[in-house]
Amino acid sequence: MRITQGCFSFLPDLTDDQIESQVQYCLDNGWAVNLEFTDDPHPRNTFWEMWGLPMFDLKDAKGVLMELQACRKVYGDRYIRLSAFDASHGWESVRISFIVNRPQNEDGFRLERMEGRGREQRYTTRAYATDKPEGKRYS
Amino acid sequence: MNTQPSQTVTGKDRYKSGVMEYRKMGYWEPDYTPKETDIIACFRVSPQDGVDPIEASAAVAGESSTATWTVVWTDRLTASEKYRGKCYRVDPVPGAPGQYFAYIAYDLDLFESGSIANLSASIIGNVFGFKPLKALRLEDMRFPVAYVKTYQGPATGIVVERERLDKFGRPLLGATIKPKLGLSGRNYGRVVYEALKGGLDFTKDDENINSQPFMHWRERFLYCMEAVNRAQAMSGEIKGTYLNVTGATMEDMYERAEFAKELGSCVVMIDLVIGYTAIQSMAKWARRNDMILHLHRAGHSTYTRQKTHGVSFRVIAKWMRLAGVDHIHAGTVVGKLEGDPATTIGYYDICREDFNPMRLDHGIFFDQHWASMNKVMPVASGGIHAGQMHQLLNLFGDDVVLQFGGGTIGHPAGIHAGATANRVALEAMVFARNAGRDYVNEGPTILAEAAKTCTPLRQALDVWGNVTFNYASTDQLDYVPTAQVAG
Repeated sequence: MRITQGCFSFLPDLTDDQIESQVQYCLDNGWAVNLEFTDDPHPRNTFWEMWGLPMFDLKDAKGVLMELQACRKVYGDRYIRLSAFDASHGWESVRISFIVNRPQNEDGFRLERMEGRGREQRYTTRAYATDKPEGKRYS
Repeated sequence: MNTQPSQTVTGKDRYKSGVMEYRKMGYWEPDYTPKETDIIACFRVSPQDGVDPIEASAAVAGESSTATWTVVWTDRLTASEKYRGKCYRVDPVPGAPGQYFAYIAYDLDLFESGSIANLSASIIGNVFGFKPLKALRLEDMRFPVAYVKTYQGPATGIVVERERLDKFGRPLLGATIKPKLGLSGRNYGRVVYEALKGGLDFTKDDENINSQPFMHWRERFLYCMEAVNRAQAMSGEIKGTYLNVTGATMEDMYERAEFAKELGSCVVMIDLVIGYTAIQSMAKWARRNDMILHLHRAGHSTYTRQKTHGVSFRVIAKWMRLAGVDHIHAGTVVGKLEGDPATTIGYYDICREDFNPMRLDHGIFFDQHWASMNKVMPVASGGIHAGQMHQLLNLFGDDVVLQFGGGTIGHPAGIHAGATANRVALEAMVFARNAGRDYVNEGPTILAEAAKTCTPLRQALDVWGNVTFNYASTDQLDYVPTAQVAG
């Protein structure tokens, strides 16, 4: 399967040049670009691990790409996402977020059901990968 | 027109028993400067033949505040000058003989805090049936910050909705389940599942899906949530379906909303026809229960569409932002339903901006400060398709739900393919825009390029690529492009 979080998951995987074009858009808007990685792709897993701090003072898209390369070297077997943060009043949150690195094999999720009273069911979504401990999930 | 001086009678003569013209009773005050704390309304007044426009406008001010048809001595027991609605300006409508824009200021004390029911009972309660008028339309209102702050506002708001859904940087995608009547719960859930799995973020009940012989509401909720959870597991993405909880009584609606919450839905839906009080109750419920509240503006065209009589949708949009809904249908421009482009952009600005400057070319008559009130996500729904993606993105930007009902479910290769076509078209267009391409003019090329690696999009463009709905709008703006100070 292919996880479709982020705003470009339905397009073919982005090339580095394509990623750079989007980073430039973020910088032109004055947003701080941030890299995060995880091996727990559960849709409610909000807090992926941060690759350093958001790059508040960086003005050059090439610099972001260098950070992405460095991150891939260490965590290339995991999901890496690029997001951009807008600190302006009234938003003060993420403006754009998309996946820039995926594990070779995406196992996907199991949907577990717990039958309740009547026809009610409790649903739990569980990533197959998280059956293993962190760090050993996609290696 | 505003040179007609005040004719207000003062002293003992003002309260002599009998009938007196409204403009003489203190409802026409051309020298009055509205206070920052006043609520202001702009009406389009069409007086009956022979009725003086100033007198007609003063009558509107009177009948929407303290006046009755005759002088009453009990006014003298009150601070009546403060409580009178004051018409302070009347302008002929450009290009529309016999019609006038009347600006009326109301003191804040005339209104109960935080109550749309009270506000609307005052402003549109009596006056629309007034005999000396042929027609009357409430065009716009200005609310002081002190009044705005008495409302909860949207239960969730655009930013928190995006955070909860983990969806940023692009419009959200939805579809209304079709046919809107007749599907069983099981069949209905199938459509939801295919559409969400194919790439939509939301599916939607239609306005008249409540609890009918072919599908009891509980069946719908159960099968829909099965579909939502399955689609989430298949995509790794948060999905939602607007479960319409509209019912005959508040008790019914609370019961349905509670069940939706128990099943884990992230959103519930109501229809505008449930009424302002019920909407505010549901907004409070939604805030208490971490639920996104979707509003379908069912019924609004009965009073918003004709520009001489009724209430403009921009007023309804303002009321609904105060009342506290998170989503509101606000028009598509390019789709099958009524919508002049400039007027529609005005509605979107009301939903999404923290400050609306006066813009007569967008139908906005007043500066409006929202004082950091949460923003409402507008929904564009009705006769739109993937081939219009560049136009939709250009018109509405990122913070909108684009709903392709027929444009998803009517896809020749199935619902799943229809959803994928829309999602690919959207992502390709957002990507192109961000990358600096002239996406508005190159839109069809960008879509064709994306279709090379996406057969469903190719099929969608082949079927609908040339479908348009080009009819003249019945609600175009009347203004002359020169500065008009709105007070």
